[in-house]
This record gives sequence, structure tokens and C-alpha cells, in this order.
Amino acid sequence: MIFTPAKTNLPSMDGETGSISVPSPVVEFENVGFGWPGKKSFVIKVAAFSLFKGEKVLLLGPSGSGKSTLLSLLCAIVLPDRGRITVLETSLTTLSSSARDRFRAEHFGIIFQMFNLLPYGSVMDNVLLPLSFAHQRRMRSSQNAGMENDARTILDRLGLEPEEIGASRANQLSVGQQQRVAVARALIGSPEIIVADEPTSALDRDHQRLFLGFLFEQISTSNATLIMVSHDDTLSSEFDRVIRIDEVLCPDNEEMRMEKMG
Amino acid sequence: MIVARLALQSLWSRWLTAILTVAAISFSVMLFLGVEKVRDGARSSFSNTISGTDLIVGSRAGSIQLLLYSVFRIGNATANITWESFEDIKSRPEVAWTIPISLGDSHRGFRVMGTTGDYFEFYQYRRHKKLTFQSGHPFEDIFDAVLGSDVADTLGYQLGDPIIVSHGLGTLGLSKHDDKPFRVAGILNKTGTPLDRTVHVSLEAIEAIHLDWQGGARIPGRSISAGQVRRLKLQPRSITAALIGTKSKLRIFSLQRFVNTYREEPLTAILPGVALQELWQLMGTAEIALTAVSAMVVVTALLGMITMILTNLNERRREMAILRSVGAGPRTIFSLLMTEAGILTTIAVLVGCILLYAGLFAVQSTIDAKYGLFIEIDPPAFRELAILAGIIVTGFVAGLLPALRAYRMSLSDGMMIRN
Repeated sequence: MIFTPAKTNLPSMDGETGSISVPSPVVEFENVGFGWPGKKSFVIKVAAFSLFKGEKVLLLGPSGSGKSTLLSLLCAIVLPDRGRITVLETSLTTLSSSARDRFRAEHFGIIFQMFNLLPYGSVMDNVLLPLSFAHQRRMRSSQNAGMENDARTILDRLGLEPEEIGASRANQLSVGQQQRVAVARALIGSPEIIVADEPTSALDRDHQRLFLGFLFEQISTSNATLIMVSHDDTLSSEFDRVIRIDEVLCPDNEEMRMEKMG
Repeated sequence: MIVARLALQSLWSRWLTAILTVAAISFSVMLFLGVEKVRDGARSSFSNTISGTDLIVGSRAGSIQLLLYSVFRIGNATANITWESFEDIKSRPEVAWTIPISLGDSHRGFRVMGTTGDYFEFYQYRRHKKLTFQSGHPFEDIFDAVLGSDVADTLGYQLGDPIIVSHGLGTLGLSKHDDKPFRVAGILNKTGTPLDRTVHVSLEAIEAIHLDWQGGARIPGRSISAGQVRRLKLQPRSITAALIGTKSKLRIFSLQRFVNTYREEPLTAILPGVALQELWQLMGTAEIALTAVSAMVVVTALLGMITMILTNLNERRREMAILRSVGAGPRTIFSLLMTEAGILTTIAVLVGCILLYAGLFAVQSTIDAKYGLFIEIDPPAFRELAILAGIIVTGFVAGLLPALRAYRMSLSDGMMIRN
């Protein structure tokens, strides 16, 4: 697969020679194969897939096509059966299980489709939650005038009133507000990669635009890389790059499944 | 910090099931401890049936048999002690006091025991408690009777009521000593011992009602009226057993040896404490059964807790997936669920203890008065503390099962959040 670098975040120019230095990918999949344990029928195979620093990528595909599995692999929640996944120059397969959990906490902000928040917890606790598991993010956040102030700033920038909703329980918010709180949680402490799994599907059109506006603005501010999964191609124009899932997955998925079952 | 707070909030959001679980476990803990307390109470009530008596002397028999008929009024003596032997023992230098007792008659199902006034002075139960009178007084007249509290309650007797003693034991078809009625002179307070179910009369009266009897029936043509009896010198010919107090505990064994090797007549002297212990051991299986039942109740309650946590786990998949997504490792998930189980059990154990002690304070005197079962209110013994600690540890360990399941679910859920 041929990759086109992001329009907005071109790789740095080397002034002396004028040549373009090869951008190092933030995420790189090489010959990855994976099947859920105990579920022989669903196997994905990815020959090559990369994300580059600062780009906003939309991964398009119908539901059940393996998008979520790809994200699980990316976030090191599951390990590939074969091949290599390198994130921020770290090979995920070399990490121990607890190191992977720490790695995920430090470098990923994850936003789900819905039900992102612990419903009984306060908004503030929900936003600060990842900092309990990520040392560097906690340090970065503390340097921004303290973790709680940092959280308030982010909530404020996302169009939420931190003074008003900070102490209220997460399940008292509207779905749109909850998704924005989830963005705040993903962004706090500036992790390098933001992963969003259909974050707008529970929102109506107007709120989708609003949500994406807030999301992009914040991601540009923190210079993070975004990969968002959706089945809805109307959002395509907003992204630097759009990838269809069938471009990523190898066509011999079917064969692999047969092999494994046989 | 935030994780702990969220875990508590999560538990609080499921407060109804949590409270029901705690209630179930605390009731089971209360039951378990309560059974232990009642068992201890029963054991000490039992061993407190007789206190302060150093030796019980009867005709040659097994120690339990002697204890059963002399203290518990169960069964019969196979032979009596002659008055001369009793006098011999009584005159030993080790002896401080003696209570002769004579059994064999009954009144409407209650045993009649002949004894002397010393009985009311020296007999002790439950750590040196003396007998006290609810009303009336000890024997003054030869036909005075002193009733145990159960006898008076069951038969509705008041002071001054007449009592007719039957010859032999049982309720029906017995020949009655109806020519010589007794009069209720005193009623004792409840003791929680077999004494409550005893009619006490003087040894002389036992002698008197049997003067014109032989072999369990009246001697035909020979009748001595109650009036005539009073003029006779009534020297008992034999007694059933004797309770003995010594001047010094150190001399109990020499006196026991004297009795056991007494040449005139085969006699046995037993240490009541030892015999009580032996008798209690016979009932050991009942004790074990009781403990087993309450242990099963505790196990059931803990199983209920595991069920509760497992059931909630499906609703909490989202919670687990969110925690995993922000970087919580399996260790966090494990400790969350185990801590939850542990906290629930700990609270339940504390609540159970509070309930038990509150209950004990509330009903202790009632139980004592009504059933003669004195349950001591003392802090939990080491054994009980060990059991409580064991329940708490089991609670934490019980959290392992849901923790394992949550861990496996969080792995297979991956990035998908199921609700």
C-alpha cells in the first residue's frame, strides 16, 4: 500500500540538502495475523498499515469488518498471533502484559462509541482517571497548573462548563456532553495517539459536526495523531487521509479462516 | 485514589444488592457466633449444674451413672449407702460439710428428693451461687416441702398447698403416700439446673412415709398416722448418695481414696467436675453437628456474595472495558473485585458481631430466667476471632472467582464495549 503523507503535517524539511527526510511512522503493522482465542471464524491479516505523526486518519468500513479488532491490536489490548506491530518505536510483542497496560495508559487516548464514562463517577474523576495509570501523562498534566485545572481547561475548550458539570455524575449529562468528556479524558496529559471508535454514531448530524470540530481543534493543539473508525463516509472530507478497511485487510482472510478451521 | 473512589461509587451505585449481601452474610455470622455462644453457655450451664461440691459419694457404680442420678435426677441408683457408712465418711477430718440425699419417690412426674437443711446452705451452682428462695423458707416441720421453680410453675403451687408424694417414679398407677400429705413451705428461685424440677423434702419425712411400707407397698394392718410419726425418732436407715465439701481442695483425693477403698460396703466417690466433663463429651457429636450447620450457613452466605458479584459483572463489563482502555492492568481489575468482596465481608462480619452483642444484651436475662441458660456476654474468644478472620479471608478469596471471570471477559471484549 502506498502512503501519502498528511497534507497539514508535512515531514520536516532538511534546510541544508533540501531533501525530504523519511517520516518515521507512529504506528506500523507488518505482516500481522490475528484470531480471537476460541473464535476460529474471525481472523484478520494486515500486510502493512502505518500512521504518521500528527495526521488525522479515518478508517472506513461496515460493522463487523474487523475495525475494532484492528484497534484492539493497535492499543495493545490483544497481541498478534504473528507479525510485528510497532508503536512509537516500541515493538508491542516485546512488552510484558503489564508493560503493555502501562504503555497504553501513557500513549493512547481512547474514545468509544458510547458509554465512555463510569456513570456513577463525577465528570472530574472520569477525566482524571487515566492519570492514575500513566506517570508521564500525570507529570505533563500537573505542569499545566495542576491536574484539576488542566482538566478544567480542557473541558472548557470543549465547550463544557467545568464549574457546572465537574462535580456532577457522568450519567446526568447528555450523550453529546458525555462524548466530549470522553475526549477530555483521552486528551488529558497529551498522549501521542488518540483512538476513536465510532465516537459520533450516537450523535445527530449537527452534534457530529460540533463534536468533530472540538476534537480536531484539541488534537491540533496537542499535536497528537488521530485514528477514527466509522462506517459513515460523509465525514471523510474532514480528515487528512481516509482508509477503507478492505484496503488494509489482506484478501486471503477467507483462506486463513478455512485453514484454521480445517 | 481516584480508582478507589470510583470503586466505592460503583459499589454504592449497586447499594441494594450490596446491602442485601451484607445482610445475608452478617446474619450468618451472627448465627454462627450465636451458636458458639449458646454452645458455650450450654456447656458452662451444664458444668455449672453443681459447683462447690468436691465429691459425690454413692454405691459402687460408674461415675457417669452416679452423676446422672445424684445431680441430674436421671435413672436410679442400683444400691443405697447405709447410714452408718455415711456417718463414717462424715466424721472424717477432711470433711467440711455433707448433704445426704435420698431419691426414689415422685410427685406428678417430678422427682422427690429427701435431704437435710444443709442442702439449702451448702448446695451451690454456677460458680458458687447459693440457692435462694422465691418465697417461703427451708424445712421447719417434718412434712414441709420446698419446690424447685419449674415444679411450682408447672403445677401452679403456692405456699401452703398440700402435696401428696407417690411411691416410685412415673405419673400413673403409683401407690400414693396419701396418708401423710406435705405442705409447700418454700419455692426456690430458678437455677437452670435439674434442681428446678425437684421437690425437696426432709430425710426424716422420707423415712416417715415409708415406716409402714415394705417392698413398695403398704404393710397391711399396720398404719402409722402423720400425728404418730412426729413423736418417733426418725433415723434414716440408708440414703442414695451424699454430696461432700472438703476443708481443703488438697485433701479431696485422700478422701476419695478412703471412700473407694471403704471396706464395709462397696462405695464410689467421684469428682463432679471430671464426671461432668466425661458426660459432656458424650454429647460432643451434637456440638459438632451444631457447628457444622452454622458453618454451612456461612458458606451459603459467601456463595450468595459470589453470585451477587458475578451477576453484577455482566452489567459491569463496560466499567471493566473502560478501566482497561485507560491502562488498568489485570492486577487492578483483580484487586478491585477482590477488595469489593473483602470489604463486603468485613462490613458483614462487623455488623454480625454488633447484631449478636446487641441481641445478647437484649435477651440475656430473659433467656436466663426462662430457660436457665446463662449466656455470658464477653468479647469473642480467640477461637471465635480466628473464625471471624477466616470468614474475612474467605471473603477476599471468594472475590477471586469473579475477578478471574472479569479478567477473561475484559480480554475477550477487547475494544468493544458491551452493555
